[in-house]
Amino acid sequence: MYKRQDTIFVQTGETALLIGQEVLTFITFLGELSSAVWNAIRHPSRIRWKDTFYYMNVCGADGLPITMLICFLSGVIIGYQAAVQLQKYGAETFLPGLVGCTVVRELAPVMVAVIATGRAGSAFAAEIGTMKVSEEVDAMITMGIEPARFLVIPKLIAMITMLPMLTVFGDIAGILGGWAVGIFQLNMPLDVYYQTTVGWVKYKYFLESIFKSMIFAYVITTIGCWRGLRTGSGAVAVGKATTSTVVICILMIVVVDAILACFFNTIFFTR
Amino acid sequence: MAEYTDQSEPAIRVDSLTAGYDGRIILENVSFEIPRGQIVTILGGSGCGKSTLLKHLIGLYPPVSGDISILGRSIVRSSESERRKIMQSFGVAYQSGALFRSLTLAQNVALPMEEFTDLSPEEIQKRVNEKLSLVQLANFGEMLPSDLSGGMIKRGAFARAMALDPAILFFDEPSAGLDPLSSASLDQLILEIRRKTGATIVVVTHELDSIFTIADRAIMLSRETKGIIADGKPADLRDHSGNEFVRKFLNRGRIPAVSQGHTL
Repeated sequence: MYKRQDTIFVQTGETALLIGQEVLTFITFLGELSSAVWNAIRHPSRIRWKDTFYYMNVCGADGLPITMLICFLSGVIIGYQAAVQLQKYGAETFLPGLVGCTVVRELAPVMVAVIATGRAGSAFAAEIGTMKVSEEVDAMITMGIEPARFLVIPKLIAMITMLPMLTVFGDIAGILGGWAVGIFQLNMPLDVYYQTTVGWVKYKYFLESIFKSMIFAYVITTIGCWRGLRTGSGAVAVGKATTSTVVICILMIVVVDAILACFFNTIFFTR
Repeated sequence: MAEYTDQSEPAIRVDSLTAGYDGRIILENVSFEIPRGQIVTILGGSGCGKSTLLKHLIGLYPPVSGDISILGRSIVRSSESERRKIMQSFGVAYQSGALFRSLTLAQNVALPMEEFTDLSPEEIQKRVNEKLSLVQLANFGEMLPSDLSGGMIKRGAFARAMALDPAILFFDEPSAGLDPLSSASLDQLILEIRRKTGATIVVVTHELDSIFTIADRAIMLSRETKGIIADGKPADLRDHSGNEFVRKFLNRGRIPAVSQGHTL
């Protein structure tokens, strides 16, 4: 019995120590990244622009169809579920506002971030993890090149520029999903749906959506690259790094979204 | 680079180095010096700490205690920016080659020059061609590492390691995974690099043919003692070492019938 309790205490302690060490390495990585970002701002010519454009294409253009499809269907789901309930109270006219606000302020930024985690975050971890396993990262370090500058900055620039664009397209696709329900389920005239949406969805909601997506882009890139750089040895380690990236990113997206929701509602949207 | 060229200093000085990972000590109180221009092989059985020693020499891991100096500058006690400068004074060719897969062979070799010199693109291209010619890969510059054979990747890694004309070259298991002919060709290339550049070369290997072909000196490590058990000319160690394990290790390639006086 005592031995079992000891084991639990030891395991708890070891887990806490491990988490503490991981947090410490993440903070160290953020420090290195901050230094690399500062250097990139001071010397933009040293940024690897060719790699940056490559990642922009991969993270942005290549992800546009799936992002729009998922956001459109999310709009349809929200719209349909809401329409069924609103019809009971004869409040169908609120559908455009409900769908518009939900999609633009919450659903699209979060859905786009989750898609980006699956497409880009995991790819970053796998790419850097594979480089770590094949000693390419070690080679970089012994050449005197900082991995944060060489590997992370192009990905960070690509994500911070492309994720807001994807989110705007996601916003539009989601609103169109709600519009499809309004037209075909509630027989709402097109101009009424449009006018109601414009009346409810304010420009600052789009700014909130874009701001959130920039924060999510930073979170996904840093976690993906950090897990990649923390990869152990062997192919299994790359798989673990990829899995942990997806899990940590989704958790952090939800946490950050909750904080930002409180922040925006208490600071900017009190009225 | 002038600040690293004090000729009175040895190329590498290891002083009471204790090294290990995750609380496990692998090397204890190891000391040696490598004069400039020597080819030194670090050898020993599996798990004796060859790779550990190499990773500490090139500054990838901090030692538990002790000091390592490269051309008179401590790589252990220096700041991060100083360490990066020291790292530019040596080149490393890794066991896997570790060429960047997204870059062509020529871009791999050009990368250190683009990062750390003010050379014009034309001058960089000229130097890249020189390095690739030295390793007999002059016509393969535009190929990606994935299109090259194992031996070509190793030679490409040599070319990249030499990009900044470093005073010291570290080669980690250069013959690993190669056929005997490619391995022998690589040995000749190492000798040619030394002849043309005068660089100090440290090779981690357990290939006996390579050791006897290229090494001026062999440093042998032991897992049991966690330190150096032999240090000298390979042929002397093979024939006259007082340590039986060292003699056996270096004689293991010899045909027993011949050594016993029989003819084949």
